[in-house]
This record gives sequence, C-alpha cells and structure tokens, in this order.
Amino acid sequence: MAFSGLSLYSQAVLLLAGLIALTSFLMLGQSRLVRLVLVFALQGILLAATTAMVAGALDFPHLYVSAGLSFLLKGILIPVMLHRLIHRLGLHRELDTIRHPARVMMGGAFLMVFSYYVSLPVVAHSPLVTLNAIAVSLAVVLLGMLLMITRRQAVAHVVGFMSIENGLFFAAVVSTYGMPMVVELGVAADVLVAAVVFGVFFFQIRESIDSLDVDRLSKLSETDRT
Amino acid sequence: MAWLVAIFQTLLFIALAPLLSGWIKRVKCRLQNRKAPSLFQPYRDLRKLYRKRPIMPYPASWIFRAAPYIVFASTVLAAATVPLVAIHLPTARIADVIVLVGFFALGRTFLVLAGMDIGTAFGGMGSSREMTISSLAEPAMLMAVFTLAMSAHTTNLSQAVSFVLDSGLVLRPSFVFAMGGLILVTIAETGRIPVDNPATHLELTMIHEAMILEYSGRWLALIEWASQIKLMLYGVLIANIFFPWGIAQTFTPDALGFGLAMIALKLAVLAVVLAFSEVLFAKMRIFRVQEYLSFAYLLSVLGLLSHIILEAVR
Repeated sequence: MAFSGLSLYSQAVLLLAGLIALTSFLMLGQSRLVRLVLVFALQGILLAATTAMVAGALDFPHLYVSAGLSFLLKGILIPVMLHRLIHRLGLHRELDTIRHPARVMMGGAFLMVFSYYVSLPVVAHSPLVTLNAIAVSLAVVLLGMLLMITRRQAVAHVVGFMSIENGLFFAAVVSTYGMPMVVELGVAADVLVAAVVFGVFFFQIRESIDSLDVDRLSKLSETDRT
Repeated sequence: MAWLVAIFQTLLFIALAPLLSGWIKRVKCRLQNRKAPSLFQPYRDLRKLYRKRPIMPYPASWIFRAAPYIVFASTVLAAATVPLVAIHLPTARIADVIVLVGFFALGRTFLVLAGMDIGTAFGGMGSSREMTISSLAEPAMLMAVFTLAMSAHTTNLSQAVSFVLDSGLVLRPSFVFAMGGLILVTIAETGRIPVDNPATHLELTMIHEAMILEYSGRWLALIEWASQIKLMLYGVLIANIFFPWGIAQTFTPDALGFGLAMIALKLAVLAVVLAFSEVLFAKMRIFRVQEYLSFAYLLSVLGLLSHIILEAVR
C-alpha cells in the first residue's frame, strides 16, 4: 500500500512523528538552555497532539485523557519549572557550548538509521500502520541519551532524561495505542517527582562545587583549590 | 505550440524577476517603517546601468569580460527548465533537477573566476567565501531534491510536480523536511540576510558583492539581473514543488492565465515570508554559516530518512 493510500489521520500521526524527531535534533544542536527547554516544551506539545490524533483515529476516548495529561505536564508544567529553575540558578545567559556540533548531528542521524534497522523486524510482523513510527520513538530515546552524553550542564542532562521519557511514551502510543491508565498516571507522577528532585539536586550540586558543570564532578579533591 | 509556451514562460521569468525583488524590497521597507521605493525601481536601476559604459580593470583577462554573459545565460537556461505556469513543457523533458543544479554551478564557477581574475583582495576573499558556502549548500540541496525524487520516482521536475498534483493532499513528513532544507539553502544561495546581505558593501561580511565589486555598467546589470532571476527560480521551485496547486496542465489560455495568477500569488506570499525573516533575524557571523548549512543538510537527510522510515510501503 502506498503512503498516499493511508487515511489522513495516519498520515498526520506519521508527520507528527517526523516533527518529534526534528525537535530531538533541535535539542541536540541547541546551546542555550532557555531555548533547549523551549524546544523540549514543543516536543511535549507535539507528543500530546500525536496522542490526541491517535485517539481520534481509533476512537479511544481514554487516550484523550492521556493526551491532555501529557500536554499539561510535558508541554507546560515541567518546562515552566525548568525555566524558573534556570532563572533562579542564573543560568539563562550561559552558553553550554557543544564541541563538535556537526559531528554530533551526524551521530544523531546515524542513531536514527540504527534505530530504523533495529525496529525493522518488529515492524515487519505487525498490521499496524503507525508502527512505522516506532523507529522514531527509539531514535528519540537514543538521541536523548546522546544529548546527555554530549552536554556538560546538569540542566541539559535533565532535559535529555525527560526526552527519553517522551520517546518511551511515544513508543507506547504508536505501538499499542496507549499504556493502561494506571501505568500512565504512575509514570507521569514519577516524572513530576523527578523534576522536583532534580531541582533540589541542582542547588546541592551548586553549593558543593560552585557550578552545574558536571565535568567538574570528576575531579576528586577534598579542598577547593580552584 | 508547446515550444511557444516554453519560450514565453522563460521570457516571463526574465521579465518578472526584477519585479519580485522590488516587491520584497517594498515589503521590507514597510516592515521597517521606511518609505518604500516604487515596485519598478529594480527596472529603473537596470536601465540606468545599461546606459553606462562598462569599465575593464587593467589586469583583467577575457574571463572578466565573458563572465557576465555566461552567468546570465546559464541562469536563463536554468529558468527554462523550471515549470513556472505550466508543466509538461518540452524544455522540462530535456533537463531534470540535476542539470538545474549543474547550471547554477556553471554560473557560479564563472562568477568566482571573475572575482579572482581582477586580482584585488576583495575579489579573492568573496570568491573563497562563495565557494565555501556553495560547497556546503549544494549537498543539502541535492539531498532535498533526492528526497523529492524518491517520493515521485523521478528527477524530472515536471513529472515530479504532476505527481504531487495527482496524489492530492498527502501529509508527507519527508516533504516537510525537504522544504525546510530547501528554504535554508535558498537563503544561503541567493545571499539573503542571515548569510549575506546584498544591499550593503560591508567588507567584513560581504560575499556576493565582494566578487562583483569591479563590475560596472552593462556587465553589472547582467549580473544583478541574473541574481534576481536566481532568487525567483528558487522561489518558484519551492512554490511549485510543494504547493503545485493551480499550475496549468494544458495549454489553453484559461489554464495558463490561472496558472500565472496562482504563481504570482504564491510568490507574493513567499516574498512576504522572506521579508519577515529578513527583518526578524540578524545577519550571522561568516563562521557560523557552516553550522547553519549543516543544519540544512541535516534537515534534508532527515527528509530522506523519514521517507524510508515513515513512508515505507508494505
């Protein structure tokens, strides 16, 4: 079946999947923390839109709840929290320079191909059309990890971690049309708690090493030699 | 008949290109709260330059003299292969997208050679910058074109446009990415604001202007006109590949007229978008251009990947 033979809903789901992958790449290349959080919020909103689209396509009303939940949580609440945190820590003017932006981007593209290759056998044995997007969700997870590896700012690590969670949520939406409500609520609460705990951690880290640069965590010293 | 339409369309391209840049300038002026010049100011500028005698710099060779003609001719040939108001033209059958990129490369090569030919520091600097940018922009453009070609199963522009027309409203993720990549490449290749500013002579950042600094009179007019046609070419490419609705499929006067009105409308809207982006963004440092173009390349690659991953035929 050709792509144009799909229903408009499925096409929209796949289009949004592509845009979610794009936001992951944008996060990878974004060196300002405030904008990084903004792109993360965009990803959350796209995720919610995808969920709502799947709910509309298959007439699963409970997915609307999950879409609304993820919109409120990932699109608004957590980004706002992170934003306020960045401002309170005085990081909104700081640049988290990426050492080799082009190389990181190409690495991301490679990860995308890799996740396509990995998910090929899964997709081949399923009648679901939107399952094509499972490669994208795997790629979002891997790109989140790449983001955590390449950055030195702890806030960027948290954003990477949250986007890994986004990838998993997306995988659940496109492959099984949503997790059970209990699981979803639990995960949502976990993420929220994680955001709060991270906030506390940031202040602790900054108090003990005077910066949020995690490279300085690897230096072992009793006294502060600066 | 078909050949007549093709020739008429190419002439239309040449005639309307200054109007488009006049329109962009006008919108930009309005946005910046300046008094806008007339829409026909580019025509007046070209006429003024035509009347003046070109001056040949002392150390220049025949390349300097030949370059304006070659640049203009290659741009006109490129314009002949792009469907403006109608598809299924005989010129489109001869050349495909890769030939189009080749025409651009030919013109650019001679422009760069002419820039170095005069032996001034500015010419060489502009040439080297132009080559750097184009060597990064060309892969991105080709990738975007290949994304289109993979969906349409052809590199022929006319057939690709008719494929998009036939399939109706299809939300292709790959087309969104390819369009993004192509727009970024357009801005870089036609020297618009985040990359280059053709309206100023600021020596720190100029690219296009540095190459043609020694040109005057008729030759300068030809080069300016060619760059206006090039801008319009890229605009038509974006408008007709991704939003082909309204383009004429038969050669009746009604269809052709409607096609002309539609493309004028699309280009006008595109020009407004371009003017907005030029007003909102600041020109970037020359060393950040490669970052910008690697993002364009990434978009195109993502388009290709999302064609393979998301639009897989099972």
